[in-house]
Amino acid sequence: MQTDSKSDNLVFEEKWNLMYRHSAGPIVSHFFRTLKEEAKLVGRFCPKCERVLMPPRSFCDRDFVETERWNDVGPGGTLETFTTVYRGFQGLPDPPYCFGYVLLDGASTAILNYIRGVDLTPGSDGLKALKIGARMRVVYAPKRESKMSDFWFEPA
Amino acid sequence: MPDRRTTRGVAIVGTGQTRYQHRYPNMPYRDLVFAAVNRALEDACMAIDRVDAVVYPMAPDALIGVSHAERWAADAVGALGKPFMRVNTGGVTGLSAVQAGYDLVASGLYDVVMVAGADRVGESGEAQEIMNCIWDPFFERSLPLTTITMLAMQAVRFNLKYGADERDMAIVSARSHRNGVLNEYAHIQQAVTVEEVLASASIAVPIKLLDCCPQSSGGAALILCAQELAERFTDRPAWVRGVGHSSETYWIGDRVGPKAESDYAESPALERAANAAYAMAGLTPADMDVAELYAPFSNIEMHAVQDVGLCARGNYMKLSREGAFDRDGRIPINPSGGVLCANPISVTAMVRVIEAALQVRGRAGKHQIPNVHNAIATGCGGDHQYFGAVVVSEHPAQESR
Repeated sequence: MQTDSKSDNLVFEEKWNLMYRHSAGPIVSHFFRTLKEEAKLVGRFCPKCERVLMPPRSFCDRDFVETERWNDVGPGGTLETFTTVYRGFQGLPDPPYCFGYVLLDGASTAILNYIRGVDLTPGSDGLKALKIGARMRVVYAPKRESKMSDFWFEPA
Repeated sequence: MPDRRTTRGVAIVGTGQTRYQHRYPNMPYRDLVFAAVNRALEDACMAIDRVDAVVYPMAPDALIGVSHAERWAADAVGALGKPFMRVNTGGVTGLSAVQAGYDLVASGLYDVVMVAGADRVGESGEAQEIMNCIWDPFFERSLPLTTITMLAMQAVRFNLKYGADERDMAIVSARSHRNGVLNEYAHIQQAVTVEEVLASASIAVPIKLLDCCPQSSGGAALILCAQELAERFTDRPAWVRGVGHSSETYWIGDRVGPKAESDYAESPALERAANAAYAMAGLTPADMDVAELYAPFSNIEMHAVQDVGLCARGNYMKLSREGAFDRDGRIPINPSGGVLCANPISVTAMVRVIEAALQVRGRAGKHQIPNVHNAIATGCGGDHQYFGAVVVSEHPAQESR
């Protein structure tokens, strides 16, 4: 049994170790299958507000109606916001890395993913050019597994 | 909406806090709750038997490592033989619990309601892992979203939209830390300079280490009482004059681009929450003498001050540099040191209400601001998604019975 470093109290160590299997449903499944098989991103169209929602969803929260059809989006897009991380977080990738929201051409809402192909050394020319409004493009992984890591963004 | 003029007035007649600190080796979780409840009872000169019902604020229970820990803590909050409910809206949990308690009293259902809880964020060795798990499992979980990276991306948009920079953020941190030195309950009671904040390590651009809140443990309690009974417990209550909540869409990517209804640079839901609270109170932002705004990172205060109407949009940076939000400024912001000096997550937003009440009651000790008549407290939760506001005053509403 451990004791606390600053007092004589006993310390009881406990662990949570939980596994889940999240069923994705037909909309999310179609998005990731299309991504894997066709190297293409698709969004869902809301018939009422006429937005193309990314990530795709079965319903539009603004209008509270079901989305109706698939629209192709990208591969070009506009950077809407991003951050570069230089400090490690527990359970997350080793720094440095950069990721952000890109509004893909043809989509009405932005999707998050890693931004690669930029020198992340503080003050680099690549970082200076990385701004809200910068043009980006989708890059697809050569070997895809129906995961978010099947694509990322790079400066166009 | 119910006609608030037909409901009765509600007073805060007692508050209690423990000192916030990283760990509490001598006080397990239940003892922190018990201590805070007893301090509030003592403040109200009240016995636990006088409490009719209990509202328990509790955010992610994984932070303390006991699932549904409200069960474990129910005895410590005096719930035996009484109605008991848990409230959870993430970061705004504590303020949502105050609104739930307010509604129970204002409706006439109960006369005296205890709102109390605690958190022990410093005790989990892996608190970060819990925050890594709060995201959509299909599109977001495999990406490095955290509460910090999410709000760093908010700062990037705000700073571009309003011409703010990392120095403006550092000014917020320096002011909060300066204030925290005067608050005996603050976790961090150490002043930092603007230059020290700017020189601290980058965490997620543009947020630096000293722009971030600490991981705090501690308990807090607040007693709400019907107007007709309030004078039995105190001669100087704080009156809950207005409450409001509103929400944004879950999807941060929906809050950018030409089709967005709101800009992630700021929070229209916070504006709606504050406006609802002001309207219910019959007061305006200009009537506020102090604000306790939930801001776990420096940049959040910057948009929050604008969103709750304490300055015109775009004017925050100029006023902040001029000292308008300092203790002796036009409208002191977070004289307690705010969330940057203590973040016991489950009760953090309730502490904002407690601090607003202490200021109105003239009981804030060394961090008391002179002549406070009205104050606003806010909270933010979810993925910068749920927002709440409470307006407290030295006077009950004229139209209340």
